Amino acid sequence: MTYSINGAEVGATPRPGQCLRTFLREQGTFGVRKGCDAGDCGACTVWLDGTPVHSCVTPAFRAQGRDVTTVEGLADGDTLHPVQRDFVEAQGFQCGFCTSGMIMTAAKLTPEQRADLPHALKGNLCRCTGYRAIEDSINGVPHVETPEAGHSAGHNTSAPAARAIVTGKALFTLDLPPDGLLHLKLLRSPHAHARIVAIDTSAALAVPGVHAVFTHEDAPPRLYSSGRHEHMTDDPDDTRVLDDVVRHVGQRVAAVVAETVAAAEEGVRALVVEYEVLPAVFDPELAMRPGAPVIHAKPAAETRIAFPERNTVAEIHGNLGDVAAGFDSADVIYEQIYHTQRVQHAALETHGCVAWVDERGALTVRTSTQVPFLTRQALCAVFNLPPEHVRVLTVRVGGGFGGKQEMLVEDVAALAALRLGRPVQLELTREEQFTGTTSRHPMAIWVRAGAREDGTLTALQLRVVSDTGAYANHAVGVLHHGCGESVAVYRCPNKKVDAYAVYTNTVPAGAFRGYGLSQTVFAIESTMDELARLLHIDPVAFRERNIVRPGDPMVSVSNELDDVEYGSYGLDQCLTLVRDALADSPEAAPGPGWLVGDGVALALINTIPPRGHFAESDLRLLPDGTYQLLVGTTEFGNGTSTVHTQLAATALGTTPERIAIGQSDTALVGHDTGAYGSTGVVVAGRATLLAAQALRRRLQDAAAVLTTLPPDECELTEEGVVCGSGTVLGLPELHRRATEAGLPVQAHASTDGSPRSVAFNVHGFRVAVRPRTGEIRILRSVQAADAGVVLNPMQLVGQIEGGVAQAVGAAVYEEMRIGPDGRVVNPAFRGYHVPQFADVPHTEVLVAKTADSLGPMGAKSMSESPFNPVAPALANAVRDATGVRLTSLPLGRDRVWEALAAAGVTAEDPPGGPVPHAPAGLPEETAVERR
Amino acid sequence: MDLHTISEMIAAPDAPDPATWRSGDAWLGGGTWLFSEPQPHLRRLIDLPSLRWPALTVTDDGLEIAATCTLAELHAFTAPDGWAAARLFPQACRALLGSFKIWNAATVGGNLCLALPAGPMISLTAALDGVCTILGPDGPRALAVPDLVTGPQRNALEPGELLRSVFLPAAALRETAAFRQVSLSPAGRSAALLIGRRTAGLELTVTASVTRPLRLSFEAPPSAAAVREAVAAIPADAYHDDVHGSPAWRRHMTFELAEEIRAELA
Ligand SMILES: Cc1cc2nc3c(=O)[nH]c(=O)nc-3n(C[C@H](O)[C@H](O)[C@H](O)COP(=O)(O)OP(=O)(O)OC[C@H]3O[C@@H](n4cnc5c(N)ncnc54)[C@H](O)[C@@H]3O)c2cc1C
Ligand code: FES
Ligand code: FES
Repeated sequence: MTYSINGAEVGATPRPGQCLRTFLREQGTFGVRKGCDAGDCGACTVWLDGTPVHSCVTPAFRAQGRDVTTVEGLADGDTLHPVQRDFVEAQGFQCGFCTSGMIMTAAKLTPEQRADLPHALKGNLCRCTGYRAIEDSINGVPHVETPEAGHSAGHNTSAPAARAIVTGKALFTLDLPPDGLLHLKLLRSPHAHARIVAIDTSAALAVPGVHAVFTHEDAPPRLYSSGRHEHMTDDPDDTRVLDDVVRHVGQRVAAVVAETVAAAEEGVRALVVEYEVLPAVFDPELAMRPGAPVIHAKPAAETRIAFPERNTVAEIHGNLGDVAAGFDSADVIYEQIYHTQRVQHAALETHGCVAWVDERGALTVRTSTQVPFLTRQALCAVFNLPPEHVRVLTVRVGGGFGGKQEMLVEDVAALAALRLGRPVQLELTREEQFTGTTSRHPMAIWVRAGAREDGTLTALQLRVVSDTGAYANHAVGVLHHGCGESVAVYRCPNKKVDAYAVYTNTVPAGAFRGYGLSQTVFAIESTMDELARLLHIDPVAFRERNIVRPGDPMVSVSNELDDVEYGSYGLDQCLTLVRDALADSPEAAPGPGWLVGDGVALALINTIPPRGHFAESDLRLLPDGTYQLLVGTTEFGNGTSTVHTQLAATALGTTPERIAIGQSDTALVGHDTGAYGSTGVVVAGRATLLAAQALRRRLQDAAAVLTTLPPDECELTEEGVVCGSGTVLGLPELHRRATEAGLPVQAHASTDGSPRSVAFNVHGFRVAVRPRTGEIRILRSVQAADAGVVLNPMQLVGQIEGGVAQAVGAAVYEEMRIGPDGRVVNPAFRGYHVPQFADVPHTEVLVAKTADSLGPMGAKSMSESPFNPVAPALANAVRDATGVRLTSLPLGRDRVWEALAAAGVTAEDPPGGPVPHAPAGLPEETAVERR
Repeated sequence: MDLHTISEMIAAPDAPDPATWRSGDAWLGGGTWLFSEPQPHLRRLIDLPSLRWPALTVTDDGLEIAATCTLAELHAFTAPDGWAAARLFPQACRALLGSFKIWNAATVGGNLCLALPAGPMISLTAALDGVCTILGPDGPRALAVPDLVTGPQRNALEPGELLRSVFLPAAALRETAAFRQVSLSPAGRSAALLIGRRTAGLELTVTASVTRPLRLSFEAPPSAAAVREAVAAIPADAYHDDVHGSPAWRRHMTFELAEEIRAELA
């Protein structure tokens, strides 16, 4: 019996215990992806004799004698399958990592299943889109436009990679295995805190196929941070490639490199480690107390850990005005402690990389990162290599959300590749994503705020404790950012902030979409809602009274001037849009026993991270008359490649298809800070626009020289430069003649990310809450965004929908639980509920009409920020419906039920009757003062 | 995922022979759970679907469901006239967190033997008076479904024993049934799954909220108070505690769903 894949027989036979997914990938059908390897996500969906199955939980031998069809086998030659075509037309993807599986599932749905997508698609997770674009793809609702040359900006142009994605041909990080590849597997700590006394590697080295074992004895002594920033010194240096102390369950202990994953795993099991178990601390408040186990006994000055002896990485103490006086002058004061939980990015592609030493002796790492240039910088530092000896590149990245603004796999793979001189691959499992990478920072946020009877905010005070886990990657930045825009958006003379980022013996937290803001915005926006209620003022009107307006200083913890400007301002419009949308909503209770309420929250975000964010673009005319654009920024579903080609095409009077983009490779351009802080358009895109504008002038100038006409009579168009009255110098000809004449046909531009502007998001929900079950049903979801000039409406909507979906997950479903021993209790999608199709509401996206004076063509950033106002808007709507303020996320049915039951809110409440407002049923720690 | 410690896949045993059982062996059903978690303790998998046992056999006495019957086959089953309770089959399939693509491989036997509180095939067959046929070194034995499941991921099989089939008596299949399921999300993992059957009174099966299936029997149609009392008698430590719902909420939902079922069948 043989195996047949997409109609072709293959000679290979699978190993016993092998699943079909890896067997198919070994045969070269890389369109079969791994999101979970456990049957939950559907990214690996293929057909067996036409029946769709999850190939990761299908024993490979089951395919014997049957026809296997993968996404590669779906199209008929060059003719796409209708479902593939519809996924292009509706752009039913962002990063594209889920797309093969979505298509292989959608193409097999029966009419009944199509009518019930929430159920039919429960085995297909998409972390990027929020599913609306997928729904439109399945329902054949097209969105892509093909605008005329020079007019693509502002239109729904397709992602350049669309066709490659729907056919499974788009290459992701691990889709190009080099010859002679070795595999690396990590032994991870079973203890929350322990010293490694000894590691016996002999049995592991004796496993056939094992080439090497690396332990802390082999690792460079140099301390660094896995968190990556433009400035290396932003993050404390507290991490080693392999350390002799482990500080959380799941930390790397040793690396085994072998011919196969199986041998490497066997080697890991054969390692014998003697640990001296140390006392551990899991609660940041306890960790700050004297006598708590010290997690990093390191010199503060060298490592930049603020107070190692108190486990405190960073503190912020800001005091503007006089909060005591502010509270004295308040008519009402509201005080509350909020808790935000640990959530995971859950990008569908796990972390992974391949490292090798190239013919020139340079260390080369192809990896799934948002920051190739900063990863190179870190590798140079850790291994003491000059930059020209290290190259880091990405191909397509399957989602990031901040989780890939870290060096979590490249260092140890590089160590092995440098030592062994062979290519080494490290691919994390989904479980390792949960136990050995990073999460959002859990925070406890105490807020006290006061206002006068007329609705004027008089004082705002915060105490924030951020749990950074065992390492300080991003601890400092997240703390500052979290205490920044959330506070700055309110005009209030008296502000006080005390904030602490604290080590605990838990899996590290790191950069996460929103970068600290989603946590503090939850606390502050919930508090503003309560203040408005205490004053019997409409919560939107209360905000209108207190938000900053152009001209107001945007300050949170200091009055020092920075480089943030009102490049445009649309917060007022956003509030109006959401208020009007909710006022117009006809949605009512789904039946008796449901309570209905509305909630709103707002969020400000600076369009660029502080203190410099750099990008370069290189654009050139090619001999065939097309253009090549080289940029540093990574594409991971944020859609920047599309926007870059639109910006360049618009400036060059051409169409995006004529611009081939090369990107995210340290060998291509000089430097790029990276695709984080929502900078792909406002920083990198601006460089591309500047380069395109410069190239346009250069080509026109060249044509002028060649035709001896004045430059202002030469106009660059799609086909060539129109010179004077009608002679057209075709682009290939222009290239040839200009090059011969030594005239440049290339332009380069760079940007530095300063000054910065501000962008806004306002979210509104109408919900129905069923006290009997704790269920929250979202009846209406609307988000207004101030994104400046919209360069690609379809993509903007996609970013917002995706952000809302991810935020609904964090607001209602997702939580990484830590057990009493510090272990992650639910390290799989089976127990960590990433929103499915059924969980995500349709969100209506409204845009403010603004044009930014700083962003490219008036655009602003819009990829992290849609996440931030969602959880508080939901909690505010639940409060409106039930009278109960929920202060801890997520708002799971069990917790909502418990809180409502404790507050005495029952199903017996008269449907449609008066909704209890104000102090009824406030939890214990609440303090409300009326003066 | 790849199960790297598996050194032998016994694809088609002529007949599964419990006598050849070794430690490190596992019966392979659809494999949808076995391949979804690392299984470093396993060395051999013995494939059951390749035996091609008839999936569903209807007799006058009832329905014999082979352990290897897939959820997809069960979902597609067309019941003889009068088997009112067969409408539970698709409902139970939908209660699996796994998608219809998982149904294409997942077996009823695998679901029963895995013995998860949220095992919908356990709920279904326990509610319909299912009796398991178990093959072992000492020959076959019969066991009621609630007795097969002894706790979360614990079953009553001895090493080497395997589940051959589960039989649902026609009498139970003919009765009117009501189904209720709840989870933390609209299409999530069951946190409580209750099935009622209208007998002379009411047979109520409580699953998912509790660590193993419980039966509450009422000889005459019960009042709301009687159902409440019976649920209240379930000991607090019988409620399951994991990420799919707090025990307090599961208990509350058990009261609620029990009452809904009582009302529907009254
Ligand atoms: C995404 C996803 C969601 C899931 N959701 C649920 C859920 O909601 N509820 C739930 O209960 N399960 C769930 N599962 C787990 C599992 O898929 C189902 O329980 C399924 O029915 C198991 O059947 P199988 O044939 O695939 O079992 P297998 O994986 O083949 O086996 C499961 C276990 O049973 C043993 N076994 C199998 N057949 C027999 C037999 N005849 N005799 C003795 N032992 C046997 C195996 O050795 C193994 O220990 C889910 C799985 C996935 C991938
Ligand atoms: S990789 Fe197979 S379902 Fe996720
Ligand atoms: S596009 Fe679906 S996971 Fe990225």
